[in-house]
Amino acid sequence: MERMVVSMQDPDQGVKMRSQRLLITVIPHAVTGNDVMEWLIHKYCITEEEALHLGTLLVRHGYLYPLRDPCHLELRLDETPYRFQTPYFWMSTLWPAAELDYAIYLAKKNIRKWGGLFDHEKEHYDQLHRKISHTWDLVVMQAREQLWAAKQRRKGDRLVIACQEQTYWLVNRPPPGVPSVLEQGPERNSCTAGRVQKTVDFYRREVECLRKALGRARVKSSVCLEAYLKFSSQRGPHDPIMSGCLPSNPWVTDNDTYWAMNAPSAAVPTRLRVEQWAFSFRELLEDPVGRAHFMDFLRKEFSAENLSFWEACEELRHGGQAQVPALVDAVYQQFLAPGAARWVNIDSRTMERTLVGLGRPHRHVLDDAQLHIYMLMKKDSYPRFLKSDLYKDLLAEAVVPPETKRRVFPFMRKLRHSSPSPALLPASASREPSGGDGEA
Amino acid sequence: MATDGLHENETLASLKSEAESLKGKLEEERAKLHDVELHQVAERVEALGQFVMKTRRTLKGHGNKVLCMDWCKDKRRIVSSSQDGKVIVWDSFTTNKEHAVTMPCTWVMACAYAPSGCAIACGGLDNKCSVYPLTFDKNENMAAKKKSVAMHTNYLSACSFTNSDMQILTASGDGTCALWDVESGQLLQSFHGHGADVLCLDLAPSETGNTFVSGGCDKKAMVWDMRSGQCVQAFETHESDINSVRYYPSGDAFASGSDDATCRLYDLRADREVAIYSKESIIFGASSVDFSLSGRLLFAGYNDYTINVWDVLKGSRVSILFGHENRVSTLRVSPDGTAFCSGSWDHTLRAQPQALLLEVALPGLEPSDRPGPSAPVNLRGCARPTCKTTCSGIKMGPVSQKLPKPAFQSTLFK
Repeated sequence: MERMVVSMQDPDQGVKMRSQRLLITVIPHAVTGNDVMEWLIHKYCITEEEALHLGTLLVRHGYLYPLRDPCHLELRLDETPYRFQTPYFWMSTLWPAAELDYAIYLAKKNIRKWGGLFDHEKEHYDQLHRKISHTWDLVVMQAREQLWAAKQRRKGDRLVIACQEQTYWLVNRPPPGVPSVLEQGPERNSCTAGRVQKTVDFYRREVECLRKALGRARVKSSVCLEAYLKFSSQRGPHDPIMSGCLPSNPWVTDNDTYWAMNAPSAAVPTRLRVEQWAFSFRELLEDPVGRAHFMDFLRKEFSAENLSFWEACEELRHGGQAQVPALVDAVYQQFLAPGAARWVNIDSRTMERTLVGLGRPHRHVLDDAQLHIYMLMKKDSYPRFLKSDLYKDLLAEAVVPPETKRRVFPFMRKLRHSSPSPALLPASASREPSGGDGEA
Repeated sequence: MATDGLHENETLASLKSEAESLKGKLEEERAKLHDVELHQVAERVEALGQFVMKTRRTLKGHGNKVLCMDWCKDKRRIVSSSQDGKVIVWDSFTTNKEHAVTMPCTWVMACAYAPSGCAIACGGLDNKCSVYPLTFDKNENMAAKKKSVAMHTNYLSACSFTNSDMQILTASGDGTCALWDVESGQLLQSFHGHGADVLCLDLAPSETGNTFVSGGCDKKAMVWDMRSGQCVQAFETHESDINSVRYYPSGDAFASGSDDATCRLYDLRADREVAIYSKESIIFGASSVDFSLSGRLLFAGYNDYTINVWDVLKGSRVSILFGHENRVSTLRVSPDGTAFCSGSWDHTLRAQPQALLLEVALPGLEPSDRPGPSAPVNLRGCARPTCKTTCSGIKMGPVSQKLPKPAFQSTLFK
């Protein structure tokens, strides 16, 4: 932020400055809100709205202060003069705004003009009076001294210094209702108890990781970047934000037909949805309707046990830890044991490795086998599915919902239907395809 | 392995310098295969038209800063958490609150919705991640069924369910990430390697479903293998804390938003940073990023109360959205991509969908200019002079960008 402010004050390139007439006194080096805006727009090629926003932020953080009425920090687009805050008062100096200083400031204000304190300031004043009553004499003395020293200066300087101070305290002690710009989230990198100790272990691990990374196979940038183009253009029509959605975006028209038509258990899928199954095997499996149709296809080819095996492995990997031994056993009995009812065809090496691992079952013991079967389906069954009559029929039967015309005179506010929460549905209905909810 | 003996020739300093030299070599290797920049490749792509984005729902009800939110898979429910410990589940379509829990701690910085929609997880300064099953039974107190799952030694910054309700991945201020079994609370795997607080994480949408990326205060974004606990790749090009990471929909890349006011795109196969999204006029950090469904747009919420929308391929800014009165702390696109929701320190959440601007002009409205994609259209003269930001009435044609909300709104919820 400061970079911006400094460049703004640059005599040649910065904001146009001129001496402002304020009542009787003349203040040099003042700028108007308009000038600030114009400069911002010009320098950063942004719109008026953004420039206004940025300018307002600068004022709220105390880098600019208005000369005429500094009780609200905002950037006004008229001829109100502003000045740049002196670096002494910048936020980044992290000068802690001490209570004592605040007390002195308030005391000064009080002395200068009886009843000149705002309500919240009066409250603070009383509070402070009670808290540091032992040094109150010091406070009053300081305040008087500062006021006396200020009287020695020219009126213009006095005004400027008063405004500067006022802005500083407006930023550091905002009046109620104004959010403080100084608020931060919880401290980071602070608590030493939980801190990462940069021990030998840490560096050893890092070195290890770097060594491995050096040996990694990389792909040329051009190939990777082309892939993005292809992906985006392929998915563009499916992206509601880019291409809208039929019948209509529920958020815009308050009509949730779109969601009803694309529900996980919809009987007739939409055309876009069916097309999406052709993009990648993963997307076919992720869609419950797609997966069901694929399962039908596999049944016709007598290889449905592959998909069932894959599903069982997914359940194992993502299921509860307590179910692991039982699930592993069930999978073995059903799919892997010699003579099993739904024996899956895995190559002998993977099978050997898996059987050995079954001796000490854990979540990932079937990973190798699962990957093998997945690749088998992906390379073999999936392309055949896409070419099959089953898929072609699905595509032909798929629905393309008509766009609902937007109503021009929405006098009647359409009632937004609430849908049943997934938490209410019985477990079997709300079950996601991959991974059960522990009740499988 | 407390103070395990150092091998010969090994000292802390020598390890450190070895790490540095390896890093240098890695950068060299990465640069070798970098033959073209993203914006060069993207020249062939059509520029995006103007975007009209309006707040369609404003969710008010949190009495304090909204810190985090997550969508449910049913595309309309969301869970959000705030500084005062309140976690609320909303049906954002109807704006009804469905559940509310008060956590015993403040600054609930992480919350997540379970894939089945039957539970939520949240955590923050209590160093724990707790899972609450959602119930509509009036007699049951949600807090009574709470399950404390994760235990860290510092605050919890992010959490996410993996493919099922049974496992949770967490990231913490103690510099580690961890995978937990929900039922038993057992630690399944921990991930060490960050040099400072870990602030965010995201699971990869890959076929094998085995990796995730995390970003932290050590300016590093690291990709982990969930099975072995090893770091697979690390990227260190940001200049400040990484607040948010999100995978590109294909899973081949991820974007990160940081306090250095930039968002960057890292490709996993090319193993390098491929794009930087920044502008000189943006000087505040990005707190939260997310992609649209096709990956063409990147939405980023910033600490200067705005949301910037970037064209991922061309690297330019498509649009800037105003409307929040304090920093945007969290931003997520809905699972079907119809809208995105942003939560802010001004106590509200806003859901905003988009429609591509069509060539429609109504009588009474000024004709629009069409400057380049990096400068959004700025119109005055909306057909209804008293239009407020949350009107759900139908607007046709070009709409003015939202002007800052009138001051009286903020006093409504004190």
